[in-house]
Amino acid sequence: MTAEPVLKVEDLHVWFDIDGGELHAVQGLDLDLRPGERLGLVGESGCGKTTTILALMGLLPPSASVSGRVLLDGEDVLAKGEETVSPHRWRDIAMVFQGAMNAFNPVKTVGSQIVEPMELHGIASGRAARAQAAELLDLVGITGSRGDRYPHEFSGGMRQRAAIAMALACSPKVLLADEPTTALDVMVQAQILELLVRLTDELGLSMVLVTHDLPVVAQVCGRASVMYAGKVAESGPMETLFHRPRHPYTRMLFQATPDLYGDDEVKSIPGVPPRLDRPVPGCAFQPRCDSAFARCVDQEPRLRSVGEAQIAACHLNDVPAAVLP
Amino acid sequence: MSAEAVTAGGADPPLLEVEGLVTRYPIARSLAGTLMRREQLHVHAVEGVSFSVEPGEMLALVGESGCGKTTTAQTVMRMVDSDEGRIRFRGRDISRLSHRQLRPLRREMQIIYQDPYESLDPRYRVRDTVAEPLRIHGIGSSRAERDELVEQALVQAGLRPPELYLDRFPHELSGGQRQRVAIAAAMVLGPQLLLADEPVSMLDVSVRAGILRLLDELRRKGLAIVMITHDLSTAAHFADRIAVMYLGRIVEEGPAKDVVRNPLHPYTKALISVVPKRDPRDSTRPQILTGETPNPVFIPQGCRFHPRCPIAQESCRSVDPELRRPASATDPTHRVACILA
Repeated sequence: MTAEPVLKVEDLHVWFDIDGGELHAVQGLDLDLRPGERLGLVGESGCGKTTTILALMGLLPPSASVSGRVLLDGEDVLAKGEETVSPHRWRDIAMVFQGAMNAFNPVKTVGSQIVEPMELHGIASGRAARAQAAELLDLVGITGSRGDRYPHEFSGGMRQRAAIAMALACSPKVLLADEPTTALDVMVQAQILELLVRLTDELGLSMVLVTHDLPVVAQVCGRASVMYAGKVAESGPMETLFHRPRHPYTRMLFQATPDLYGDDEVKSIPGVPPRLDRPVPGCAFQPRCDSAFARCVDQEPRLRSVGEAQIAACHLNDVPAAVLP
Repeated sequence: MSAEAVTAGGADPPLLEVEGLVTRYPIARSLAGTLMRREQLHVHAVEGVSFSVEPGEMLALVGESGCGKTTTAQTVMRMVDSDEGRIRFRGRDISRLSHRQLRPLRREMQIIYQDPYESLDPRYRVRDTVAEPLRIHGIGSSRAERDELVEQALVQAGLRPPELYLDRFPHELSGGQRQRVAIAAAMVLGPQLLLADEPVSMLDVSVRAGILRLLDELRRKGLAIVMITHDLSTAAHFADRIAVMYLGRIVEEGPAKDVVRNPLHPYTKALISVVPKRDPRDSTRPQILTGETPNPVFIPQGCRFHPRCPIAQESCRSVDPELRRPASATDPTHRVACILA
């Protein structure tokens, strides 16, 4: 694929001010998202997935400081903070939140909340905007006339559909979906995932799907980045990550996930992720890794190419296979 | 075993046997509705559920939210009263026992919940949380004796060495450790039956396997477990048997392998087809049902699944199918409620 990335993240760092110090939540993250691509961002809770996409939206709380570049079609939207992000937020880059219940204002109709970003960005107003909102609802599988209902009148699945319609209000190029199906039942999850796949295919939309659920990413995304302790541990085509992982964390995450037909033993990953309010020496995953060796304790592995379109940050990739445990 | 615990038959009855269980919740009527004698509506949470569990067996109750799996567990635990049906524990019908009569039985049936952040008292140290059931049931004559039992339970729940955890508060523990404390508090009484309501769905992927393997270990030691889950992959991996529920009924039940690899009910087939697989190459065409599970107040006539069923026929609108062994089943205990199976 040679197309220019629609979204390019370079050396993103996020720090949070906390009592008596700083928490380095995202530590030098790079991402590329090509037009029409679906990219998974996976990892355990606390690995920095959600912080990353909130940074891309410019929606982090004031206690956060951000550095790095977020290039949207070549333009650095982080350059001047809110001033440079706000023209793009919802207009070019939009987000679907985890709990669709909380994404809506309970005292306004769903339709009026889809109209809001359109009016804000001067895309449409009044009757024309309401007509567009109804079309968007139709697009996500909700009868357009239901736009005059309130969020509590929708089921969980319908609210998530409406949240997707709201994100699409200004025809963005990039959709960031944060655990969009986590609270939903499997059948409704399947409906929402099918919708996201259809929308990205038909509208040429690019999507970053944030989830801890590897099978969901495996079925929806072509490529994924596995995050650990604020960094990318491994990134590559989904098939390669499953069949030929080059970072033990990727392999162990798959092994911790039961598969419907899989007979292999399901293994938990011992320990917990490191605290990020102090520097982590060596490889951050080393204390939990089943293949760690001396070098992992004090040398930090660098992300490097380990195969076609695959990168990983693990010393094992520098060691001849013969000495591997 | 006491005389009343044995049924007339002779052969040992199952540890838990549920037969035709019905639990309804009345819906609050407005004052006007009551005065006008409008019909009292009910949520038909459980609508004729039958299953049994043997010692050392794990049964997974699987289904979408609102299918009645949690109400089934709560009814079995007698936390909610049933409207019809029987719950036999070691052959004895406990469905109408008073709370006083139930008390000694509570030692033998325990339940753990989805959210270990809410099920533990934040002001109790681990030691007190696990000792509480002992105090309630008056077990252990001395503090030392109770401490001994508490430590054993922590070890059994994989919290080793126990001294490391005894004096901690829930907020000092990870999610996985909290669930282990909840399991220790359930196991300290030495129950024979454990109901586990979505025991891992709030936990991080990395620790889920550990909790499930702990339950598996307890099952191997003879504990009977009813696990409620919406996750078919987990059920397929850890349960001996799977019962699939839809709108208050079991629509298919059988050995886990048979239900997953040879599903016979159209609802089970659809559910299984939409479970995402780990291997990206392993993508069968998902058979997505439209709409959501209907409201359990107005249950469809005939087969309750017919309005969403891709293969429904005219007769499905009128015939309410019974759970029975179909010709296409390979295992004699595989049962399905579908006239077309």
